[in-house]
Amino acid sequence: MSFAGSDVISVADFSREQILHILAAAEKAERGQLPMFTSRKVMAVLFFEPSTRTRLSFESAMQRLGGTVIGFADASSTSTRKGESLFDTIRMVENYADVLVIRHPLEGSARLAAEAASPPVINGGDGANQHPTQTFLDLFAIRKTHPRFGAAGEPPLRIGFLGDLKYGRTVHSLSIALSHFPCELVFISPPSLALPRHIKEILTDRGVACVEGERVEQHIDSLDILYVVRLQKERFADQLEYERVRGAYVLQAGMLARVKPNLRILHPLPRVGEITTDVDRTPHAYYFAQAGLGVPVRQAILALVLGLV
Amino acid sequence: MSKKEQHTTLQVPAIEHGTVIDHIPSHATLTVVKILSVLEDLVTIGINLSSHVMGRKGVVKIANRKLSPDEVAKIAIIAPRATLSIIESYEVVKKYTVTPPDVVEGIVRCVNPSCITNHETVRTRFSVAKAEDGGLRLRCAYCERAYDQEEIEIV
Ligand SMILES: [Zn+2]
Repeated sequence: MSFAGSDVISVADFSREQILHILAAAEKAERGQLPMFTSRKVMAVLFFEPSTRTRLSFESAMQRLGGTVIGFADASSTSTRKGESLFDTIRMVENYADVLVIRHPLEGSARLAAEAASPPVINGGDGANQHPTQTFLDLFAIRKTHPRFGAAGEPPLRIGFLGDLKYGRTVHSLSIALSHFPCELVFISPPSLALPRHIKEILTDRGVACVEGERVEQHIDSLDILYVVRLQKERFADQLEYERVRGAYVLQAGMLARVKPNLRILHPLPRVGEITTDVDRTPHAYYFAQAGLGVPVRQAILALVLGLV
Repeated sequence: MSKKEQHTTLQVPAIEHGTVIDHIPSHATLTVVKILSVLEDLVTIGINLSSHVMGRKGVVKIANRKLSPDEVAKIAIIAPRATLSIIESYEVVKKYTVTPPDVVEGIVRCVNPSCITNHETVRTRFSVAKAEDGGLRLRCAYCERAYDQEEIEIV
């Protein structure tokens, strides 16, 4: 299987085999078993909207492979301010680099960039749409905590999602990617922030067993993974409703009394109070370790699209 | 077609030569007319005609010409069950049902205001799939949002 020259725009473009291939490369990266570039490779980071964490993680990954980095961290320094189109900016930058990483507030911008550029384009987040390297990182975290995940003949994992499932793009992408694997998905949210219909349709079309609920206590004891996302005040039309429901979506150590020993809690971070700090000290907390997987996953993706492995 | 339905379709005056677009959802009839790029010849329109299959339907008759493949693709998107009849000397010489294409390029606008296609000059691209209710679901190749047939806008 070769990824050389491929774009990484959306998890929806990846098959089960391709996902497993990326995770295998990430395991190698983590063990320091990826080779280094033998010729000079340049990565351009084009961040039209700032995200320090994602950008540094890509830059660290590229430098660990022996490559170099050029680019900008926010749109204020670029000619798009002067009205240049994204398409034209990409046509110009593609001459400077062997791989482009783009982050842009508009949805579909990475797809357009990939159509404009001949070198591989990696989507570092296109508005509310996709952030595929985050999804591969989340899948890698599931694989690390449940090593048999993805292996043939394994019983399905029961994976819960908690919080704002309507606007949480990491939830949408991860659940779509999980549809390639045996799993049961439990979506726990206030009714007004439930998983969008178009995502649910894709999951049920692919035969994924989905359950929806409003209270984490009713489901947590059966879960192998609980993926927590933020519940943002701005998303509620009615602030009173926010105050009324927010408590139900804060995970506390006391809720973990009867959970499975292998339950692991994931969160894309940063958290804003939706997991209390007493959870950090339990063996179920995995979110900080999860964040540490960003570099090996991005190393793996860069190595693959640049034909290093 | 039942006798009664044949009769109602005839409520729209017959044409000597041209094309009849039948079995249009009533609410989509005027959009079908808007899609027709050249309106130099006689066009007659019937809306809310009674239909055996659809309850109510629209019919559009265009004199003296056939439809371009682009026009047929657009009609298939908003009226997936439409039938086209080619008329010569008041006789139906060919009749067929439109088939929605798998992909439509440049004919549907993405209604997501945050979609890049609404900010740059981009030819839109949508994949087309059948929904459970028999209608169509269109997914924007860029922002990946999916829309019901009723939600879409023709460029
Ligand atoms: Zn769109």
